[in-house]
Amino acid sequence: MTPILIAEQVLNGLQSGVMLFLMAAGLTLIFGVMGLINLAHGSLYMVGAFAAAATAVATGSFLLALVAALAAAAAAGALVERLVIRRLYDRDHLDQVLATFALILIFSEGTRWIFGSFPLYLDIPQALSGPVTLPGGIQYPLYRLFLIGMGLVVAALLFWLIACTRLGIRIRAGENDREMIAALGVDIARLYTLVFALGAALAGLAGALVGAIQSVQVGMGEPVLILAFVVIVIGGIGSIEGALVGALLVGLTDTLGGIFLPQLLALFMEPAAATQTGAALASMAIYVLMAAVLVWRPTGLFGARA
Amino acid sequence: MLKHLLASAALLACATAASAEVKVGLITTLSGGGAGLGIDTRDGFMLAVEEAGRDDLDVVVEDDQQKPDVAVQIADRMIQSDKVDLLTGIVWSNLAMAVVPAATAQGLFYLSTNAAPAQLAGKGCNPNYFSVSYQNDNLHEAAGAYATGADFKKTFILAPNYPAGKDSLNGFKRFFKGELAGEVYTKLGQTDYAAEIAQIRASGADSVFFFLPGGMGISFLKQYADSGVELPLVGPAFSFDQNILQAVGDAALGVKNTSSWNKDLENESNAHFVEAYLAKYDRLPSLYSAQGYDTALLLLSALEKADIADKDAFRAALEEADFSSVRGEFKFSPSHHPIQDIYVREVVKEGDILTNKIVGTAIEDRGHAYEDECKM
Repeated sequence: MTPILIAEQVLNGLQSGVMLFLMAAGLTLIFGVMGLINLAHGSLYMVGAFAAAATAVATGSFLLALVAALAAAAAAGALVERLVIRRLYDRDHLDQVLATFALILIFSEGTRWIFGSFPLYLDIPQALSGPVTLPGGIQYPLYRLFLIGMGLVVAALLFWLIACTRLGIRIRAGENDREMIAALGVDIARLYTLVFALGAALAGLAGALVGAIQSVQVGMGEPVLILAFVVIVIGGIGSIEGALVGALLVGLTDTLGGIFLPQLLALFMEPAAATQTGAALASMAIYVLMAAVLVWRPTGLFGARA
Repeated sequence: MLKHLLASAALLACATAASAEVKVGLITTLSGGGAGLGIDTRDGFMLAVEEAGRDDLDVVVEDDQQKPDVAVQIADRMIQSDKVDLLTGIVWSNLAMAVVPAATAQGLFYLSTNAAPAQLAGKGCNPNYFSVSYQNDNLHEAAGAYATGADFKKTFILAPNYPAGKDSLNGFKRFFKGELAGEVYTKLGQTDYAAEIAQIRASGADSVFFFLPGGMGISFLKQYADSGVELPLVGPAFSFDQNILQAVGDAALGVKNTSSWNKDLENESNAHFVEAYLAKYDRLPSLYSAQGYDTALLLLSALEKADIADKDAFRAALEEADFSSVRGEFKFSPSHHPIQDIYVREVVKEGDILTNKIVGTAIEDRGHAYEDECKM
């Protein structure tokens, strides 16, 4: 166990954390403002990745691919909000879960219908490929550093948007009392569409960024969706700060747990047994974290106190 | 009027009953993330069926959605109401374990186009169960044999933490004589391998063996290529299949993988198969297509020799394996698993298309490790 390995794993944890934040931010915004549980958020992530892959193949430009991912996911989000989600705000959560689950199936089979059953190709742009050497002799892929930077920039923009702009004020007001801001003359229907499209665009961006180092395939969003739900429960539902802290915690726990638990167990167990028990424990680690946070703070780290 | 309708309906029913003497149920994955494998299996199987042109053979195709409970429901329906004589097509081992023992216990034949878990090869073997593909461990064993032959001294091995992943690493270790630099089980469905790649870099390994089927393998290969770790990679064919390679891109170039089939295997049946498949579906066949095709050829060969209603005669006809396999020489072991050569392939580029080329033979005439446990 060298310091270099530990530093590298911390970077990996950070990277997976900031990407998770992009997913969780949209999810928590949508839940906070509209009180809607959106299971189809993972599908928007997939839409972003597929739009990016198709654009990258057609134009050869990664930048255009990212723009296309943002646009496609935002458009899909706005469309879904207008057609389906709008009818669900007054219904209970079970109806929302049922309808958005149906959306997952529709998105998955629709994507398969358009793009076929085989995974698509999306690669890292030439300028960002390969490893760089960081101070201390750590070899680290440049693209992952780019992901960390990109995630932090988007997080900063989002905080600015929520804290300093008129739209942000409306979003915060909508979280607190939606009847009141409707009475004050804010077009609440448009605000909802806008928030939903914003959340969708963030998910689409995450899908495109991560798609370049993973497999762009149908169903790629669902595993991330589960993690994103864990993040917003830990962070406190509706809180962007909570989503950021939760995402980093989950990213670090997941990455470091997967590496260090088996090695820790190997100190006092047979190597083969330690590998298997460690792997099993590591996949539970984030849920243990979630349970611990909920025992300590039942509404999550940054959740509104009841 | 009604009378006429009824009469013609009855006639129609008679006609189908007369022309479909043999009913085959093909259960495979046609939707969701794993659909590519099932589609290839089906297309390979149907190609051989169509080429045979038998009008007394009826194939019912259903989508299992890669879910064991759905597969069981479909199998029950096929057995109860469609009255199929034989089942085939399942891609995934967990689905096979849910369907096969129950089907064979009811006296049906099952021909496996892919999944062949150890449980069905050893203690749970059954006279009516035939694996046309391989036994699950085979390709991993071949990778172990290749690693030994390539003089790898310290190999880092990784696989997902589920039964087939454990079988994989055990299969590799069975034939690998060197030392292990590390042994890691990843989460099933994991998409980020940064942590494992960092471990590989720190482990002092001289080579890496990995079994990560489907999207997991695509993610791993892309991230590995970008990490600057340049140790040789070896793995079973699943992460290098024709349909997956294009999504991996150049990151896969030069990687060695083990397979029981490749499109450049030199025999007449294979040459015909590759050409006909390409002409009909406008894409190159994969290992799954080849296994589907071979399974249908085996079925057709047995139908030529015996009536499927006479189970003992039909079983004997299957055991003979009297068909020209696209894998060349092919015969069954006493437990109804193939005895075949497993090859080493290398990923190459032909024009713009990434594909595999055979570079050697890893194991000759390999049966499987559980033969002695099978009593039938």
